[in-house]
Order: sequence, then structure tokens, then C-alpha cells
Amino acid sequence: MYETTYHRPSSVAEAASLFGKGKEAKYLAGGHTLIPVMKQRLASPSDVIDLGKLKELIGVEATGNGVEIKAATTHYDVSTSDAVKKAIPALAYLAAHIGDPHVRHRGTIGGSLANNDPAADYPAAVLALGATVKTNKRTISADEFFKGLFTTALQDGEIITAVSFPVAAKAGYGKFPHPASRFALTGVFVAKTAGGDVRVAATGASQNGVMRVPAIEAALKANWSAGAIDGVKVSADGLLNDIHGSSGYRANLIKVMAQRAVAAAG
Amino acid sequence: MSTVKLTVNGKAVSVDVEDRTLLVQLLRENLNLTGTHVGCDTSQCGACVVHIDGRAVKSCTVLATQAAGSNVTTIEGIAKGEELHPMQAAFRDNHGLQCGFCTPGMIMSSIDIVNRHGGKVDEATVRQELDGNICRCTGYHNIVKAVLDAASRMKVAQAAE
Repeated sequence: MYETTYHRPSSVAEAASLFGKGKEAKYLAGGHTLIPVMKQRLASPSDVIDLGKLKELIGVEATGNGVEIKAATTHYDVSTSDAVKKAIPALAYLAAHIGDPHVRHRGTIGGSLANNDPAADYPAAVLALGATVKTNKRTISADEFFKGLFTTALQDGEIITAVSFPVAAKAGYGKFPHPASRFALTGVFVAKTAGGDVRVAATGASQNGVMRVPAIEAALKANWSAGAIDGVKVSADGLLNDIHGSSGYRANLIKVMAQRAVAAAG
Repeated sequence: MSTVKLTVNGKAVSVDVEDRTLLVQLLRENLNLTGTHVGCDTSQCGACVVHIDGRAVKSCTVLATQAAGSNVTTIEGIAKGEELHPMQAAFRDNHGLQCGFCTPGMIMSSIDIVNRHGGKVDEATVRQELDGNICRCTGYHNIVKAVLDAASRMKVAQAAE
């Protein structure tokens, strides 16, 4: 790892100001992407600004129509939160299946979203549930937030402070974990919104990161059942094609994981 | 450089380290607590697992500065003098190790599993939750046996306290 300077600000405002002063600063939350990347010398931030201990960024609150998860809340705390389990059990299930227990004790929802790894789990839930990402500057809808591989609508220095999830009438997550890394080889989150709309998001599948799957959405809107997906054709165009799975294999996984997600959603 | 103050195995320590120092390096190189191992160094094998404020974490993926102000427990901190922790005793009794390299991390992870589940663990849970610890000798069978054995011993020990 190259040399760096560590900072532990006491507020989001101080963190943003430190970021502005750093030559090439990076925010650190759980550190389970940034630190490995720094160890490989693929990143060499001049300054590392730790958001992980900011009390204003930790916690889960029940809201009028769902839950708001503050950005530095760990996957473990989301998976065991009574408020999350009550409002959106599928979200607690998703958090409980990220990485391994040690990763879940450190990794955070804000860190996962800001990084937008194409095989991360949370982006699928955020996109399918139509969540809202709150930052220190504005709120961003899920549809506007994800901009492709490791790319988001966040501006330089902008900090995610919370994610607000509306309750869904039905929601489920199906994931085929990579046997070694536990990243999603393909994961599909299905949601029927309170208004009756259907949103389906797949992660781990597309070359451009998390994506909606309109063909499956249409089938589920007509008939909310795993069987309704049997006849759907999912195109392999633009899907990841690597040593772990061909694009055709992933296209099929999207269908199968969507079916499992619908079965889990009930 | 930063001065990192933290509690390790119940003792307050203060160490001057470069900001890029990992927690596992502070433990091994500054405090000579070499029971915590570095296996893969890529956050996968779990040989470096310690507890920070009671939660199992991979100390190769935490900066020493991030742990400032925390309570860290390593494999050296769990026995009571000559008396092994019930998890250590169960690993010995069930032949839960061969070469022993992964064992400190296995034991720290396993204590965390039992604690989180309040002692109520079954084989499936143990196998699922040892996901982040890799052993290349045993095939895991005796490790799982040891954890289940320890879970009942820890329950008895807690009830006696």
C-alpha cells in the first residue's frame, strides 16, 4: 500500500471539507473495497477520510411508508434490524447474504452503492424497490443514481447520507452466489410496488452494472407467479461473459433467479 | 504517522504507526501478537480474524487507525491463564486442526458465531457462517464438530457464571 494520510472527521460537513482540501482524497466507510484496492496499489489516495464512525450516518429508522437506512450502517446491522425485517424482509435477507460474516460486520450500504460494483447486491434492491438515495447535497432517485460500471450520479466529494426504501406489496431476492467470493454471479430483486407496478432488477449480469429487466416485469405485471417467467426470453446481449459464466448462462440465471425471488416473495 | 490508542486483550496500548498500517500488522509487528495470521492477504481466507468491539472482522482489511479507540480481542486474549477457552478446548478434543495455520481465525470466527446465535447453532448454520474461513487440511468436518461441541460447553459455562 502506498503512503496515505488518515482522517477521522466528527461530522459529514467536516468530512466534505477535508475532501476538498485533499489532493486526491477518498472516503472510507467499511473499507472492504477500498482497502483491498489500496493494498494492490490500484488506488493511491493522498487522504483517506473515515466516514465509518460518524453517528449521524449510522442507524435504521422506520418511516411513514418504509425504512430509512443511514449510509454507514453495516450489512450485519441491516440484516438484523427489526425495522427492516418488518418493513421489507427481502432487504434483510439480501443484507444477510452479502459476502461472509466478517465482511458484513464492516461493509456498509452507502459504501456499496457509491462503489456500484456490477456484482454487488444492494444496487438490485435499490433499483427494484425504487429507493431514494440521500446525499449531503440532494436526493437522487434510484432510476437516476446508477450510471454504469462503478459509476454513479454522485459528484466528486458528494457523500451518501441515507437510503430511503418504500415498502413494497411484495418483494423477494434470488441470488446465485459466486462460490468463492459470494458476489452475485447473478442476483435478481423483484418488487411489486404499493401502487401495483412491477420492478425487476438484476445485478452481476450486465456489462453496465445493475439493470432493469423489462421482459420479466411485463410478465409479472400480467401474472405475479414464478411460472409466468417460464416463457420469457431474456437476451444475452450486453451481459457479462467471463470465466465464471457465459452471457447465455447469465441470461438463463436471470430467469431462474427471478423465479426464485418471486417464490420467496410469495 | 499517527498515534493509535486502543485496547488489546484488555490492555490499553498506544502505538505510533504509519497511516497505511493494517491492524494485523500492528498486532503482529508492533505488539508481537503473532497468533493472528496473514494467509491470503486479500480478505478471503479468514486466518487474520480478530474481534473489534465484540465482532469478528478480518484484520488484514482494517487500517490500524480505524481501530483507534476500539476494544480488540485476539487469539492470545481468550484463554483464562492456563485454562483454554471452551472453543480452543473443543478444537483440540475434536481434532479440529491439522497444520494449525487457519486455527486462530477459525476459533475467533467460531466464538463470534456462537455468541451471535446465543449458543443455538446447528450444523447448517456453522457451515454457512464459516464461509469466510478457509482450511486446506481438514475438510472442515472436525471443525464443524468442534464448534457444535463448544457451543454446548459455552452455554454450560455461561450458565455457571
